[in-house]
Amino acid sequence: MTMTATAPRRRQVLTKWLFIAPALLYMLLFFGYPLVRNVVMSFQDYTFATYFTGEAPFNGLDNWRAVFANDLFGASLWHTLVFTVGSLVGQFGIGMALAVFFSRRFPLSGIMRSLLLLPWLIPMVVAGTVWRRVLDQETGVLNESLQALHLTSSAVPWLSSPDFALLSVVLVNIWIGIPFNMVILYGGLQEIPAELREAAVLDGAGPFRSFFQVTLPMLRPVVTVVLVLGFMSTVKILDLILALTNGGPAHSTETLGTLTYQLSFLQLDFGQGAVVGNVLILVSMVFAVIYLRANRGGVTR
Amino acid sequence: MQQHPRRHRPPRAVSATACALAFSLVSVGCAAERDPDVYTIMNSSTDEPYHTWDGEAMEACGAQVGVEVRQISVPADQLVPKALRMASSNSLPDVLNIDGSDLPQFAAAGGLVPLEEVGISTEGLSEGALSIGSYEGEYYGAARSVNSLGLFYNADVLAEAGVEPPETWEELKAAAAELTEGERYGLAISALATADGVYQFLPWLWSNGGDERELSSEESVEALAHVTSLVEEGSVSPSVVNWTQADVNDQFIAGNAAMMVNGPWQLPVLEEHPELDWVVTEIPVPEAGDTPIAPIGGTTFTVPVNNEDPGRERVAGELVACLTTAEAQLDWSTKGSNVPVDREAAERYRDLVPELAPFVDQVRTARSRTEYVGTEWNTYSQAIGTALQAALTGQASPRSAMETAQARVEAQLGGRS
Repeated sequence: MTMTATAPRRRQVLTKWLFIAPALLYMLLFFGYPLVRNVVMSFQDYTFATYFTGEAPFNGLDNWRAVFANDLFGASLWHTLVFTVGSLVGQFGIGMALAVFFSRRFPLSGIMRSLLLLPWLIPMVVAGTVWRRVLDQETGVLNESLQALHLTSSAVPWLSSPDFALLSVVLVNIWIGIPFNMVILYGGLQEIPAELREAAVLDGAGPFRSFFQVTLPMLRPVVTVVLVLGFMSTVKILDLILALTNGGPAHSTETLGTLTYQLSFLQLDFGQGAVVGNVLILVSMVFAVIYLRANRGGVTR
Repeated sequence: MQQHPRRHRPPRAVSATACALAFSLVSVGCAAERDPDVYTIMNSSTDEPYHTWDGEAMEACGAQVGVEVRQISVPADQLVPKALRMASSNSLPDVLNIDGSDLPQFAAAGGLVPLEEVGISTEGLSEGALSIGSYEGEYYGAARSVNSLGLFYNADVLAEAGVEPPETWEELKAAAAELTEGERYGLAISALATADGVYQFLPWLWSNGGDERELSSEESVEALAHVTSLVEEGSVSPSVVNWTQADVNDQFIAGNAAMMVNGPWQLPVLEEHPELDWVVTEIPVPEAGDTPIAPIGGTTFTVPVNNEDPGRERVAGELVACLTTAEAQLDWSTKGSNVPVDREAAERYRDLVPELAPFVDQVRTARSRTEYVGTEWNTYSQAIGTALQAALTGQASPRSAMETAQARVEAQLGGRS
């Protein structure tokens, strides 16, 4: 009796695994291997000669020690934090405002909404190059406009002063990130039954109260998704900064992403580059876990 | 690090099996097998008309040597990573045309064949040619032409302001201040923290007796103070910390700068603006009578080690020899506005292209960036770039910026050995 019961079950298990196998193989090959390789690399003296000899001797914690002793690492960590928090606050705030704005239908709202998607469609490097021109201290459109409007008396050194460069990079990244935030939040807003808000209004809630106490709590799962995905794409920023400032001036916009690039591809010290890469992966992983948790919570409810 | 060039190669059968295995698993391309009859030359001549010119020169040399030659061009900043990837799969091209400052690293890694082994003699080579193509006394790369930096000025603007082209730092400072007016700055330079900016800082550093190995010396600090003062006095735009050398050229053409430091490779763009009456002269020196020492730049033709078929190295050597004869140098230099490394060719070039004669003089006294520090140049370059930007943006005084740079280099080199 028991024998006949377990045989089909075993086959069932096997079928399940066969379905999972391709995905698992894919993950191992394209995610597992590079990840493990990167960790191993961070303990190796991986240099130019390695490409010719195939030899990268293990050097213990040397790479880690060198990176943590490098004052650029601390600075990059701080810049990455400022960049990420600044970008997310700006992107999310403006994206949410626009989503709420567009959730009421009015003439031409569809067209305007699609126009606002444009920054999302432009490749990062192109956006960076264009903004570099816009923000140029002498010939940039932004300074000329500000001065024509008498908003500033002298040209603002957007990208040429270490005091402004990080701010400028954050502003450009906010501009790029608004469409993504707006679209997802707009989608989320459409899901909320209009009756709920109407009921709140009938109960005497003002627009602020109905937003913060009805709309926002209903939107919570979407907000988590937007913030975590936004975090993941912001924390690893590389292309935009390379195009805008190349990490400068005076390393004032150096982030973990640009530091990895610098160490690996300019200094050709792939071991130290891997260390910074690992730190970046670790940071992202923490937030990936938060994301998964939040998501699971949303599903069970 | 003395290392015999032909050690530590994975046996062919093993790498072939690994390749086949990888292929069957993920079906991405392995290194393509070499076509035995075609010789490949990899360079960074992606831009026209350079790509066509190079193609023509290679075809002619192929015909002379009796083989078919194929040109592979990749963007300059991807050339080294691409060559490294090819090296790890044993599929480097027969001839690799790399920048002189990258040569020591390839040579130190044992990736290049000493050119004397493939029949290229160093006899009669100019000092500049030897310096750019050698690593630890061994000649690995034949240069066809080199370039350096000069001071370009807008003749109309200078004449109008009654300013003579400056020859010393003092004169440069006075001229730049005099020429700064309204939207126009006196001088444009590149002060990026990467190769462009460092390359442009070297003439100031070296002509003043400074040295990358002694960044905190009085002479080195003075050089940085000199550049910083030009920005502080308003004769040079503070935006130079973000300008590539191509940007500098654009600013000069747009009339936003009366003078600029730049190289002869900007000529094709400058010539698109015939209304611009520019003249080039040597970079000003600290005191009258000093010798200007500018960095020498340019690419060299190298022959990567070919373990599978060493016979090809010899043919590759013949190709390199053919591509770098005095005639080939002169032909290429006149077309591409560079300076031939061959002494005689350089003299003939001076007569052919008199407007670029200052570059011939500049190259004569120039030195390569890797002459003293070899494979460690990148470490020095990054420290100098950081110091340059720190001083120009007012984050640090020239002295403390240079002291930090020196400490950084020492820490990094000390940590590595």
